[in-house]
Amino acid sequence: MGKGTLVIGASHAGVQCASALRDAGYAERIILVGEDDALPYHRPPLSKTFICAKVSEEDIELKSHAFYTDEQVELRRGLRADFICREARTVTLSNGETLEYDNLVLATGSRPRLWRKGEMPGNVHVLRTLADARQIVRTLKATDGTVAIVGGGYVGLELAATVRTQFGRDVVIIEASGRLLSRSASPLLSDWVARQHVLAGSRLLLNTPMVGFETSDGVVDAVVLDGQPDVKASVVILGLGIVPNEELALQAGIRCADGIMVDEFCRTDDPCVYAIGDCTRFSVAQVDRMVRLECVQNAHDQARTVAATIAGNPTPYRPVPWFWSDQMGSKLQTVGFLDNAVSSITHGDIENGKGSFFHFDSEKNLCAAETVNNPAIHMQIRRAMAAGKKLEQQRFEHEGKLDLKV
Amino acid sequence: MTEVIFHLPDGSARSVAAKSGQTVMQVAVQGNVRGIDAECGGACACATCHVYVEPEYVGLIPPANEEESEMLDGVAAERRPNSRLACQITVPDDVETFGVDVPECQF
Repeated sequence: MGKGTLVIGASHAGVQCASALRDAGYAERIILVGEDDALPYHRPPLSKTFICAKVSEEDIELKSHAFYTDEQVELRRGLRADFICREARTVTLSNGETLEYDNLVLATGSRPRLWRKGEMPGNVHVLRTLADARQIVRTLKATDGTVAIVGGGYVGLELAATVRTQFGRDVVIIEASGRLLSRSASPLLSDWVARQHVLAGSRLLLNTPMVGFETSDGVVDAVVLDGQPDVKASVVILGLGIVPNEELALQAGIRCADGIMVDEFCRTDDPCVYAIGDCTRFSVAQVDRMVRLECVQNAHDQARTVAATIAGNPTPYRPVPWFWSDQMGSKLQTVGFLDNAVSSITHGDIENGKGSFFHFDSEKNLCAAETVNNPAIHMQIRRAMAAGKKLEQQRFEHEGKLDLKV
Repeated sequence: MTEVIFHLPDGSARSVAAKSGQTVMQVAVQGNVRGIDAECGGACACATCHVYVEPEYVGLIPPANEEESEMLDGVAAERRPNSRLACQITVPDDVETFGVDVPECQF
């Protein structure tokens, strides 16, 4: 028996990697090391159902205890990987222990981008972990007054929706750029989302960079803005995007460039070291750039890819990125890449809560679709894209005749 | 307490006791029933917890709502009249057993 596979990071990517390795018949040792003390959990509910107590900690576990026992996955919680020695093929953990590996999978994830040098007065929070979510709930319960959400990305907006509708708080959303979801949604969807938040009674400040915090006794009481009056707030949640956790790889001399660089088999430039999930950057055929995909789909699909590679059945990863968001009672789903979109067609009645935005490239093929409460369309497009099928713009021109079934 | 019986594609069966109010997906996760991937954790967003409810039990649960029914269009295995997403079925607690068949694939 060899030294097996050591997976650093026990969230969506790492846990799925262990699971997929066993599914692929991999019988060697699997050790899964995670910094979090909790049993690995789904992150998406943290900003939605978890913080308003609609689901419990047990409800959001990725796998139960039975998985780790039955599948002989050695889960080591509450430990950080501090150092990789590639020559000796070992990883040293924060408790001083050294683990050997035949294959090392880095699933180190990402962390919230902090304000400046990590300046975090009292009642200013970020959301990434279960502990962060619990802290946000404690602060929300201990305060009243306005909650300021800085950053109009998905995490910030989901929190804004939950805080406004489930906690009944006054909410101000502060966004530096000219629209919400500027990195992840089309302007059409951005506008729709913005209207929903305004309709729910939240205040929206676009083109409004934050400058800093006003505090009293170390606790925040306002967000200072550039050229505008301060926004009084008893709670501030920062949703400023994420930073890939690449330091462990960098220190080991593995190639990184704002993300650990991997190929289509999730291999780094060390043949024994792989990387998956939020921490990776890679090239994709659809767009002319190296991408990081910050979504559950990518974590799971790269986990399956790396498991197949390690199990001796390498299959290249051809991502069809998709993700979902639940806000204000609506299910938003996006599939594809928006990079090359030059024209769009709208179907349905989005203003009344159900419809789709289809986006086409310069060759008039579908490159992305955003749906609002329209899961059937989302699923059909996902399947067509996964099958490599081209969907020409003309098929979408007559709404009543749309048939996407593969 | 209802026992959920999962009939797996290899012909074997797994029985897991459900706690009151749990969904079939939660019971599957708790019992480490393989073949129900539940990637989105029960948000009705991924269609990877597809099951076939055994005919005798179909009448015990409310039918799929529109959202679930639409997501069922995207399941990887064949969609049948008794296809459901396990995350959307609350296990009925007034019966001794509740049986589902796990399909061959979820992707």
